[in-house]
Amino acid sequence: MAGADGDDSLYPIAVLIDELRNEDVQLRLNSIKKLSTIALALGVERTRTELLPFLTDTIYDEDEVLLALAEQLGNFTMLVGGPEYVHCLLPPLESLATVEETVVRDKAVESLRKISHEHSPVDLEVHFEPLVKRLASGDWFTSRTSACGLFSVCYPRVSSTVKAEIRQHFRTLCSDDTPMVRRAAASKLGEFAKVLELEYVKSDIISLFTALASDEQDSVRLLAVEACVSIAQLLPQEDLETLVMPTLRQAAEDKSWRVRYMVADKFSELQKAVGPEITKNDLVPAFQNLLKDCEAEVRAAAANKVKEFCENLPEDSRETIIMTHILPCVKELVSDTNQHVKSALASVIMGLSTILGKDNTIEHLLPLFLAQLKDECPEVRLNIISNLDCVNEVIGIRQLSQSLLPAIVELAEDAKWRVRLAIIEYMPLLAGQLGVEFFDEKLNSLCMAWLVDHVYAIREAATCNLMKLVEKFGAEWAQNTIIPKVLGMANDPNYLHRMTTLFCINALSEACGQEITTKHMLPVVLKMSNDQVANVRFNVAKSLQKIGPVLDSNSLQTEVKPVLEKLASDQDIDVKYFAQEAISVLALA
Amino acid sequence: MLSPVLCSDLSAVEPEYTEADVISTVEFNQSGELLATGDKGGRVVIFQREPQGEYNVYSTFQSHEPEFDYLKSLEIEEKINKIRWLPQRNPAHFLLSTNDKTVKLWKVSERDKRPEGYNLKDEEGRVKDLSTITSLQVPVLKPTELLVEASVRRVFANAHAYHINSISVNSDGETYLSADDLRINLWHLSITDCSFNIVDVKPENMEDLREVITVAEFHPQHCHLLAFGSSAGNTRLCDMRARALCDQHAKLFEEAVDPSTRSFFSEIVSSVSDVKFSHSGRYLLTRDYLSVKVWDLNMENKPVETYQVHDYLRSKLCALYESDYIFDKFECAWNGTDSVIMTGAYNNFFRMFDRSSKRDVTLEASREVCKRRAVLRPRRVCMGAKRRRDEVSVDSLDFSKKILHTAWHPSQNIIAIAASNNLYIFQDRLGPSTN
Repeated sequence: MAGADGDDSLYPIAVLIDELRNEDVQLRLNSIKKLSTIALALGVERTRTELLPFLTDTIYDEDEVLLALAEQLGNFTMLVGGPEYVHCLLPPLESLATVEETVVRDKAVESLRKISHEHSPVDLEVHFEPLVKRLASGDWFTSRTSACGLFSVCYPRVSSTVKAEIRQHFRTLCSDDTPMVRRAAASKLGEFAKVLELEYVKSDIISLFTALASDEQDSVRLLAVEACVSIAQLLPQEDLETLVMPTLRQAAEDKSWRVRYMVADKFSELQKAVGPEITKNDLVPAFQNLLKDCEAEVRAAAANKVKEFCENLPEDSRETIIMTHILPCVKELVSDTNQHVKSALASVIMGLSTILGKDNTIEHLLPLFLAQLKDECPEVRLNIISNLDCVNEVIGIRQLSQSLLPAIVELAEDAKWRVRLAIIEYMPLLAGQLGVEFFDEKLNSLCMAWLVDHVYAIREAATCNLMKLVEKFGAEWAQNTIIPKVLGMANDPNYLHRMTTLFCINALSEACGQEITTKHMLPVVLKMSNDQVANVRFNVAKSLQKIGPVLDSNSLQTEVKPVLEKLASDQDIDVKYFAQEAISVLALA
Repeated sequence: MLSPVLCSDLSAVEPEYTEADVISTVEFNQSGELLATGDKGGRVVIFQREPQGEYNVYSTFQSHEPEFDYLKSLEIEEKINKIRWLPQRNPAHFLLSTNDKTVKLWKVSERDKRPEGYNLKDEEGRVKDLSTITSLQVPVLKPTELLVEASVRRVFANAHAYHINSISVNSDGETYLSADDLRINLWHLSITDCSFNIVDVKPENMEDLREVITVAEFHPQHCHLLAFGSSAGNTRLCDMRARALCDQHAKLFEEAVDPSTRSFFSEIVSSVSDVKFSHSGRYLLTRDYLSVKVWDLNMENKPVETYQVHDYLRSKLCALYESDYIFDKFECAWNGTDSVIMTGAYNNFFRMFDRSSKRDVTLEASREVCKRRAVLRPRRVCMGAKRRRDEVSVDSLDFSKKILHTAWHPSQNIIAIAASNNLYIFQDRLGPSTN
């Protein structure tokens, strides 16, 4: 390709290459994204000898450009001549792995990991592992943090002497001076342990893990909690008690609430990793303590895990454990002082009903649901309402409906519009669970009231809500219950409400079908073309454009077209504009 | 005498520059190789230490511009309140600078190469004749003269309703705090759209407001400890491990005031204007209007050492109150080994206290007195009528000339003193590293 083939074929590539140096960052970014095109044009040898050296040295650029470059290089193996030459990609990626911007470094490490698999075992030892060594002993902590992500990919396929070196480097980084490097090491501990031979996991990893879990920096200790899960999964059950559990117990009682928070957050994974026996003996009391922690953030994190924890308890002792140990704590949390804790609990507590079965649910859980339905914090109430389906399965919704309805009504009329918005969004789900009769009886009027709310976002959401309800309950139900009311609004003295009618028609026409639209909705729309307010009139045009596809061509020609033509010569310029647009879109001209 | 290094033998380095604007903050980086100053005009100037020991300008940039808050109809000054350096992470240097409302992360980097070789035009930009292009050319990097560039990497905005007075980088290397009059927020250096509030002293009812936060700092080694000073004359230590919201202090450092000496001005002069942890992490240095105190973190009810900076002002508090000078906020500093304390005063004087020998000295930083390579002579302020030749009478002190901002090199005996729009850098006559 790089020959005297004529300027035409070289020109676009020449432009791309020149734009690598352009002042405008968007152009540089564009060129970098097309780097493969440039490389193809240059051919594998020139790419290796000229393009890559240039890219290695230009790390002065903006983050987006460097990020794109790091990504491109991960896919460059064939463009430099295949796996035989893949090591040529290492220099530019190495310099990208030392940049201060974390996203760029992470992408460079990701690409290095990708191309490591293309290296032959010999190349790994000759090229890749030395790179990792250089990064691991770099002056700046940025290169050392990047090194942490590369150990696990080169370890499996190198010789045992090199393996020993790698293990040594990792050990050094785990006790690095800077917290940033120790954090990187802690976050990669699990991944590295997975590729090590079991004897080394026990001899090396465990001591590193214990050290990191007692680091003076809180941010390092809390990452060790994550590593705990991976390590526990690798060890045989009998070793867990001696090698892992002491550290985990320590973490669950750490002085820093952030570490305890991590334990709570990872609790389900920990539970699965340590197995049922240790769960019964250690994790259950630990979980209880987290649910009663003095820091609300920790309680909230633990509350979020209540359902999952209970679900994963061993079947034979599940019910006893929950009833004796977990439920008393849950009862306390229902009246916690902190609203985030209550809210977290409310989002999962309903799930306990499927685990405990009908009788226990009625006796123990139902009072808790009802209490949370009356909570002063709207989010708590919303979280209960959004999870009703679990309860429905077990005890049937009627038990709750007495308390449910007042709660829904209160939320639907809350002073804060965002709360009203949230309940509208649950309405289709509720309607489905409660059934059409309940809905018609109790909730229909609410839905209509939202259509005339003061806040536009509510009116809009209410319109969308109606559309979903029609999809659920059918066009016939719509015709009988909601359409008359919607069309009735067309005569409302407030022009905003008249417009709402039009927006509803826009949303409902497709779901309702041609017959209903032509017979009932179209006449109303056409009548509003004479409205005094221009906004209404131009929305008529827009509506006609929207519902046009649902109508048959007869109605379009005989009824819609004349009205649009009239509107096209309206005095108001917006009305004229939208009418003309509708005419052209519907092809009525 | 104080140890010879600090007392009688100081060489004044030539004032580096004269700016129209007043310097509002001075800070050395962790190695001492760089010194940053911020001024009222929103500019940051960075000086670099030359191999011979002088500091010369390395980079200048406009950090903040004046802004207008439309909602409150208030101007936001561009004055740089604080600068803090990040620990070095690669050949470039990073610092945080803040004005009243916005913190910015700046990167200062060197560039010594430029690419050469275009395909479609020559180096001057003239488009080449397309028919002469027969093959593609990849640009090559050639060395060029050193260019120092400053670019803003992050802007941390909209988190403070009141004026930011401090920023401090945590020992974990990834978070920092920003403090205003009533609140302290915790940020992550990579995340600009989210900040955690960790201290909130705003009362339910603003009429109950009794004190404001004047300064805040993280402990140099313990990632979970922070200290903040209050206008009510106390300093609080908070433990971030105990709670997400640290309104409850872990320790309260306050010296009981002798009721017999209490006056109308007692609370005002007790207001803490600066708080600095010692390098060892064991002690806390606080500056109030008239004194500096060293506190042991293990003892809250009184300081272990107290040094009077300018006690002769006690009789002048009324006049100072009327002229508002009583509200001046002086900073203080430790030397690298925590053996000497420095703070500024009026009349371009600054004071140094040797903690072990208990000796102190007053020196002047002004154009008249500072000559290159000249040793600074100690000054004295006299209270009474009989004034010796070298002394300055307390009545003739110039209160408009004050040294609020001082900094000490992290390991060597080099100090930076800002006197309005002048910056002075002094080092020990015998060489900066003599102990």
